[in-house]
Amino acid sequence: MNGFAGNRLIGWLEGLGRITMLGVEAAQSLIAQRIGWRNLIYQLYFVGVKSQSVVVITGAFTGMVLCAQTYFQFHKVKMDTATLAVVSVAMGSELGPVLTALMVAGRVGAAMAAELGTMRVTEQIDALRTLATHPVDYLVVPRLLATVAALPLLTAESIGVGILAAYTVGTTLLGIDHAYAWHNMLKYTQPQHVVMGVIKAVVFAAVLALISCYKGMNCREGAEGVGRATTEAVVYSSITILISNFFLTLFLTRLLGA
Amino acid sequence: MIEVRQLKKRFGPQRVLDGVDLRVQKGESIVIIGRSGGGKSILLKHLIGLLRPEDGDVLIEGQSIARMNERQLLKVRRKFGMLFQGAALFDSLTVAENVAFALQREGNLPENEIARKVDDTLEMVDLAGTQRKKPAELSGGMRKRVGLARAIIYQPEIVLYDEPTTGLDPIVADSIDQLIVRIRERMAVTTVAVTHDMRSARRIGQRILMLHRGRVHFTGTPDEVFQSKDPEVYRFVNGISDPKEPNF
Repeated sequence: MNGFAGNRLIGWLEGLGRITMLGVEAAQSLIAQRIGWRNLIYQLYFVGVKSQSVVVITGAFTGMVLCAQTYFQFHKVKMDTATLAVVSVAMGSELGPVLTALMVAGRVGAAMAAELGTMRVTEQIDALRTLATHPVDYLVVPRLLATVAALPLLTAESIGVGILAAYTVGTTLLGIDHAYAWHNMLKYTQPQHVVMGVIKAVVFAAVLALISCYKGMNCREGAEGVGRATTEAVVYSSITILISNFFLTLFLTRLLGA
Repeated sequence: MIEVRQLKKRFGPQRVLDGVDLRVQKGESIVIIGRSGGGKSILLKHLIGLLRPEDGDVLIEGQSIARMNERQLLKVRRKFGMLFQGAALFDSLTVAENVAFALQREGNLPENEIARKVDDTLEMVDLAGTQRKKPAELSGGMRKRVGLARAIIYQPEIVLYDEPTTGLDPIVADSIDQLIVRIRERMAVTTVAVTHDMRSARRIGQRILMLHRGRVHFTGTPDEVFQSKDPEVYRFVNGISDPKEPNF
């Protein structure tokens, strides 16, 4: 049992080291400007534009349910007008970035791992290498850059849509006063909350793109290998996002004073 | 031009290559034969640095590539073109984009010059007019031809073929063999092919080398191989299984 646990730990540490090395290689490639621009534009479209519906729906319904639930609890202690303040702070610094990253990990991370995994098992990645092209330059860097550029924007969109949806539900359906709701929201929501959300989105984007690319490029042979790589990409990305969110909250709260 | 010294490679407990020595002269055409799972493709991938040896060395024009990092290897690989067993075409790109890939990545030529080279190379592999097709629309033989066009467009000095005729009917296989010979003659390239198709080996090889139990078991001209009385070579060439050995 100890041997099994030891092997798992060594395997996990090895994987962590390899993902870090992939990140270093991608950073060196970026500095040397070995970027495939055409590929980058396509990835921006795929990550940014094609994720719109998922992000808007996630943001809107998260904002609405958070508003409703907060209102039901606050109403008991006559704090109805503080509802939207809670929603905007929570959406800005926590729920917006985390839920958007999780949804993008499910959609984009899975697609990245499946695509690169299929390329690996059909020897397309080896073919790239024989054509004097580094797979990190051609495959990883455009995906990493596109995700890092798109996810903060998607997060901002999700936060905005969530707050708007919550405001609409709160003021029309739940009967919260417009003026007080707006006043309290502006009073308690600081720019730092949104800055924190955007910084988190950048970190989450790098994490999910690197894990997904790594899993795809190192998948095992056959359809089972690709399937497993895809599942692991989503699961590991999601877990890493959730764990890193806790530490980022502690760190950024101290740094930004939010 | 290519020299392999005491190359060893193991995957888990299985030793695939156990001290392979090989020398290929410039302009020569050699064929590596051997049973399935015998390490032929593994040896080929070591020649271009796609795999790293556990022990031993691979020298390309006197330069050791066994300890090079990936970026250093990219420069060496410019001398090579490689046709993969399944062609390994980039399925998101068209035929023309696949063939032009290396030249576009280099960025040294204007687009119209690249397009002209693509047309010429596709014509050379008898696939003129297929520029806009996607790999999924092509037959197995056509895919191999596109893979070959992609491998030779930048005029490499060495072309590697991994099972070039596997999975093709005998007529298409013959046409691929003829194409390989044509490319060797027109472009004066060094050719290393891996196959277990003996008809193909006879047609394209000036020298045939047989891998057996992780080592080079026999080397000779096609006639020497086909007339050999060595039991392993004889059985392989004539497709005779040994009842004492599991054959899979």
